[in-house]
Amino acid sequence: MITIPTAHALLLAGVLFLLGLMGVMVRRNIIFILLSLEIMLNASGLAFVAAGFHWGRPDGQIMFLFILAMAAAEVSVGLALVLQLYHRIHTLDADQASRMRG
Amino acid sequence: MNVLFYIAAAVAVICTIMVITRLNAVHALLYLIVSLLSVALIFFLLGAPFAAALEVIIYAGAIMVLFVFVVMMLDPESQSIQSRKQLLHPGTWFGPAVPAAILLGELVYVMTTGSPSLPVNAGVGPHALSRALFGPYVLGVELTSILLMAGLVGAYHLARPEAPEGNDP
Repeated sequence: MITIPTAHALLLAGVLFLLGLMGVMVRRNIIFILLSLEIMLNASGLAFVAAGFHWGRPDGQIMFLFILAMAAAEVSVGLALVLQLYHRIHTLDADQASRMRG
Repeated sequence: MNVLFYIAAAVAVICTIMVITRLNAVHALLYLIVSLLSVALIFFLLGAPFAAALEVIIYAGAIMVLFVFVVMMLDPESQSIQSRKQLLHPGTWFGPAVPAAILLGELVYVMTTGSPSLPVNAGVGPHALSRALFGPYVLGVELTSILLMAGLVGAYHLARPEAPEGNDP
């Protein structure tokens, strides 16, 4: 019987989440910001699955399914916004889009 | 069996560090796919085989294809022959290929040692998952479908080319 400590799985989820957060704060390319958001969402899903494994319940995997659907919706809208941004200001630098003028 | 988890965790962390430090978006995507595959292996070891399959199909498949599509659309550099040659250079694909080979080795090991202690038998299978999903959580499924519909309409509206002036309905 395999015994993975739940604390270690949660620790891995925390490390991945922090790496994604660092990516969001450090990188200025908007594609990389979206990629880091995906890393963070995936890490939170890992935490849910680890918790579901700890109690032997399917609820953790169900929350992972909802996170998956939310990530798909988020990334489609986000990438459409990236396309519009590139067509308007001809760069992917998030700092260049700091002024909200039409 | 426990060491499989730690190897996969190390691969995930290293590949994620490589993702947020790459300069080229396509290289970062390659590393992120390997990171997602290792997380899928961890799901498998945590007794969640259905979540592992969805991680590979939807995250590493569909969502990453969307990213690759947009990067290829936006990056005029990738159109040139020079950068295509650079993608075929061994140094480009060697980095993600080594952790992917490690993951493949782990997968072959898990598959070939067909013991009853396989984690796929210990956790929550697709049957119990779908019983719960369409039982107490059916409202969440409906809300998720509405969210996906909103995402579809929003993405279509945002990515549409701008209408000519004075032609606004």
